[in-house]
Amino acid sequence: MVATLDRLRELVAAVPDPEIPVLTIEDLGILRDVSDDAGRLTITLTPTYSGCPAIDPIRDAVAVCAADAGFEDVEVVLQLKPAWTTEWMSHDGRRKLRDYGIAPPSDRAIGCPLTQLRVACPRCGSQDTKLVTRFGATPCQAQYTCRDCREPFDHFKAH
Amino acid sequence: MRDEAVYALRLGDDALVLAQRLSEWSARAPELEEDLALTNVALDLLGQARQLLTRAGELEGEGRDEDDLAYLRGDREFLNALIVEQPNGDFARTIARQLMFSTYQLALYDRLRDSADPVISGVAEKAVKEVAYHRDHAREWTLRLGDGTEESHRRMQEGVDWMWPLAAELFEHDALAERLVAEGIAADARELRPAWEHYVGAVLEEATLERPDTSYAATGGRRGEHSEALGHLLAVMQSTHRAYPGATW
Repeated sequence: MVATLDRLRELVAAVPDPEIPVLTIEDLGILRDVSDDAGRLTITLTPTYSGCPAIDPIRDAVAVCAADAGFEDVEVVLQLKPAWTTEWMSHDGRRKLRDYGIAPPSDRAIGCPLTQLRVACPRCGSQDTKLVTRFGATPCQAQYTCRDCREPFDHFKAH
Repeated sequence: MRDEAVYALRLGDDALVLAQRLSEWSARAPELEEDLALTNVALDLLGQARQLLTRAGELEGEGRDEDDLAYLRGDREFLNALIVEQPNGDFARTIARQLMFSTYQLALYDRLRDSADPVISGVAEKAVKEVAYHRDHAREWTLRLGDGTEESHRRMQEGVDWMWPLAAELFEHDALAERLVAEGIAADARELRPAWEHYVGAVLEEATLERPDTSYAATGGRRGEHSEALGHLLAVMQSTHRAYPGATW
């Protein structure tokens, strides 16, 4: 049964985030647990932001992924506590974000999001960047611009 | 309805009604960045509202879900504070409300992280970081407008004066809240007021704004007694669901 659980975890871990498809739910850190209680399998997810619209499609995609692989009687549950933090984002995920053109959050979340002093440009690596607006295309991002290469870019907020 | 369900509704209705108001700024804010900011704040509040209304329905035990509670109640059944249902006014008035409400909500959620109700504490733990961000946004605009041009200062002061008498209701405490405080479920809102006064007062001072000198305090929202503004808001918010019951997209 342990092998089965590992297999299920491996499969659902690869489900992509619908808004930033370069990241999987494992990279994001929202896949919290895959457990087996006497044959009843439970997959636990923790949403990023309270109102993040991506969580419903993610929950559906995880359920479909498990069903397609032949797992029956799988329940996908949302767990609010402990609250998600960008500290849970994997190093691999941070690298993928940068390669994708989004400045990743710093490794350590701080009390209030976006008190991060330096955000490096994901294109040229310059530290000379400027916050344009604290709110972006998704709840988890803010918009910056690079003073060196002049490119605008998104920053995944430390949260 | 059980006390716990009523309390979850009060929290959820504040978040839902303010989310609806803020969403009215979509494509109408002074600049594109503020379209994004205000609608992102609305989205956070809507997410909180969905969980709190779902919880209220569970605690009530009559089989009502978040949609039933959002779309099929009349205005007298909504338990939000009056401040969140008021029309947006101009941008400065909206910002004045954001400063007052998010400062209150941040302090409240900070307390509710320890609530004995697992859903309320879970929502609070998640939302406290979001609301800190909302408060920062409101503070920055209050400073910029208050300590800006003569016209922006005038409008920011007008917004603060307009919203101030409505803020007092947020700190009301009644017999129902008293029972839930005793059970460790609710926070005593009266205790949040000194820190609120301190924070909002400091922002107003830094923004060169006057703290309104009034003791008038509007009340009634927590008992379902609302201003005429709520009925109009609900007419818009509920129109699709009432025309096409059960519609999804």
